[in-house]
Amino acid sequence: MFAYYLDLALRSLKRSPGLTMLMVLAIGFGVAASMTSWSVFRAVSGDPIPWKSSQLFVPQIDNWGPNGRNANGDPPNAMDYTDATALMRDHRAKLQSAMYQISPSVVPAEATKHPINVSGHAVYGEFFPMLDVPFLYGSGWSANDDTNRAQVVVISSKLNQKLFGGANSVGKSVNIESRDYRVVGVLDNWNPQPRFYDVVNSGGFDSGTEDVFLPFQTAIQANIPNDGNTNCNATPKESGFVGLQHSECIWIAYMAELDDAAAVTTYRDYLQGYAHEQQQAGRFGWAPNNRLRNLPAWLDNQQVVPSDTKVSLLVALGLLLVCLVNTVGLLLAKFLRRSAEIGVRRALGAPRKAIYLQFLTEAGMVGVAGGVLGLLLTCAGVASVGWVMPKDIATLARLDVSLLVLTLLVAVAATMLAGLYPTYRASRVQPAWQLKSN
Amino acid sequence: MKLHPMISALRKHKAGVVLIALQIALTLAIVCNAIFIIGQRIDRVNRPTGLDEGNLFLVTQQWVGAPSADTPDGVAKLDAMQKEDLAALRNLPGVASVTPTNSIPLLNSSWNGAVSTKPNTNFTDKGSNVRTTYYFTDENALSTFGLRLVAGRNFTTTDVQNHGFRDQFTDPVVIVTQALADKLFPQGGAVGKAIYVDGSGSPTTIVGVVARLQVPGSGTWTNNFAWNSTMVPVRLDANFSRYAVRTRPGQLDATMRAAAPTLYKVNPLRVLDDDSVTSFGDIRAKAYRADVGMAILMGVICLVLLSVTAAGIVGLTSFWVGQRHRQIGVRRALGARKVDILHYFQVENLLIAGSGAVIGIAMAVCLNLALMRYYEMDRLPVVYTLIGVVAVLVLGQCAVFVPARRASNVPPVTATRAA
Repeated sequence: MFAYYLDLALRSLKRSPGLTMLMVLAIGFGVAASMTSWSVFRAVSGDPIPWKSSQLFVPQIDNWGPNGRNANGDPPNAMDYTDATALMRDHRAKLQSAMYQISPSVVPAEATKHPINVSGHAVYGEFFPMLDVPFLYGSGWSANDDTNRAQVVVISSKLNQKLFGGANSVGKSVNIESRDYRVVGVLDNWNPQPRFYDVVNSGGFDSGTEDVFLPFQTAIQANIPNDGNTNCNATPKESGFVGLQHSECIWIAYMAELDDAAAVTTYRDYLQGYAHEQQQAGRFGWAPNNRLRNLPAWLDNQQVVPSDTKVSLLVALGLLLVCLVNTVGLLLAKFLRRSAEIGVRRALGAPRKAIYLQFLTEAGMVGVAGGVLGLLLTCAGVASVGWVMPKDIATLARLDVSLLVLTLLVAVAATMLAGLYPTYRASRVQPAWQLKSN
Repeated sequence: MKLHPMISALRKHKAGVVLIALQIALTLAIVCNAIFIIGQRIDRVNRPTGLDEGNLFLVTQQWVGAPSADTPDGVAKLDAMQKEDLAALRNLPGVASVTPTNSIPLLNSSWNGAVSTKPNTNFTDKGSNVRTTYYFTDENALSTFGLRLVAGRNFTTTDVQNHGFRDQFTDPVVIVTQALADKLFPQGGAVGKAIYVDGSGSPTTIVGVVARLQVPGSGTWTNNFAWNSTMVPVRLDANFSRYAVRTRPGQLDATMRAAAPTLYKVNPLRVLDDDSVTSFGDIRAKAYRADVGMAILMGVICLVLLSVTAAGIVGLTSFWVGQRHRQIGVRRALGARKVDILHYFQVENLLIAGSGAVIGIAMAVCLNLALMRYYEMDRLPVVYTLIGVVAVLVLGQCAVFVPARRASNVPPVTATRAA
């Protein structure tokens, strides 16, 4: 029976090719627009470390007081050197790291090559196990290396390729800002987006890669300046990088791993106690006002997903809705035009269910055709996203099997949904009335 | 033409009428907001920076193994290196003017602070301070950037100092933009007046006012101080430096190509990569890429939306024309002219589209309110709603014309035939 309905649907669609084409085009464009926007939205709103994000926390300490808070009363979104190093010293979380963005120069061994500029972060050794950073060769450095300000470095596979031709370079030395650092680890491909461990400086998404990771205190000692944002609520009293370290200016990101609710509560209490101590010591002239958000809440708070992306998705879904309303109208016209035919079928004994089946099959067929067109247009859309979106974001939008399946599913489901009301109307056609009027 | 019979006729096919009206309403709501977004982005992109943007490029470079900028000795060495670079660039054949600078409009790398007319203020206090961006540059900035001096004087060579990048200092003189001068001294006469930079206790004198100079930040966060720039006659010394270069007309490409080799010749121990030498055109394009993209996206969506709606109207009206074939014949046989039939369908469409538009206006306002609430949009001006209404009404009329004309061509003899 289903084959018969397919045949009927095909005949009916062929009878009015213009109308059929209109419906297929509308569904195709509507679905493609939504799926293209969805692919971008999905890329930027995804969880960069889903297996662990709820255990990673970003503490904020209010070292600026009421004048430095935002409209929601939130304290600064980064830390000053005093607080960051105090928290590292107290070491109350399972794993934790203060970090700051650096952009040093690297001098290749061959004298003929010009120096290159790389970006990266100065971090503590716990950064690597905390974020499950994958290594191709070697590993991160130890807590001792942190304390002893060891001259060690972890480099990206890209930099390893450039400097050592991709060979295992552990133990070799790299010249960074005119000092030699011993390679202890080479990262496997690792470029999480958003760059969740330091969204304040990366702005969330960054099409570049992170090529070097130095021990925090080693970088401080070597006077490798911070390359990210520096925000001050007062002019530092002393000059130079040391002056920055002694100031209340904020420029350091911080992340801690807390595995369960009890650990979170303990850490919260610890932060409260720390801020309270600072208040008693006279450094803070206000009551503690800390924040401790887990990673998803932090990304949301920092508005990492650009509002343009959300607006685009919203508008594209609106377009899909209009396309569906349009399809409802056209299907209604198409089905009711065949009232006479329905009358005959009903008079010959077809139950309402048969009419439902026949017309939903027809709607489904339009949906499949629209879906196939939508697939092609989605491919074109995702490929041309680079034209209209910032590069950092556009490169993240990908075409994969799940997107293609979803495109087809949405097209068929939406069209069937749109076909429900016209089918209902078709099933209500009075056979007697139709036969009489003819 | 009487509307009464038409409205009764519309009651006969409520579903189709409601669907078209709904579609028009949704289209109107989305198109109004999309066009508004496009308009806003175009306004934003077309803001003049105040620069003479042609023939201008920027060099960003970093020295390797440079002396520390935190010691007086290091600062002196770095300044000598910077001066060497400036001289080398100045001697290039196509170069008209060169200036050291920490940034340039739309570069999105900025040094922001606040200035006040009172000493020793808390500079985060918005009441007594005006937010500003600092450009650390020298006496050649005006000619290199192509800025227009509207009052006072340019910097002289004796005004220009040099400091380490992280040194704390208060410079005795600055040039500000007209916008900043107006905010600080609403009564005018800013030249010669003292201001206090970043809550400082020592005064800084405004020696000149330029007509316009945009801040480097191009995002929405700079909206409330986009024109408040302060130029400070200081060469900043650090392990990196930036130079803005104005070339003679037509020499931009050749000079840009010559820049990197020239600088390597002065000192090979430095980093100059692919985007170290950038024309201002590229800086502008990069800064506004997202805005232009959003405008294009909204434009495409509007176009698809309007086409789909037009097609829907054509489809449904064609169906109605087919359905009423016989009735049209009867009307024609009873003396209605072709033009009467044409008008009938046109007015009918106007009625449906009109009611759709009324609902659409309400939906457009709701959508706008939602976007304002969640996505930092501005209030939709009435004119955009009106443009939208006119657009959907015209669209409806255009779409209905073809099926309506077909209807008007139905011969009167149809009346005598059986359905």
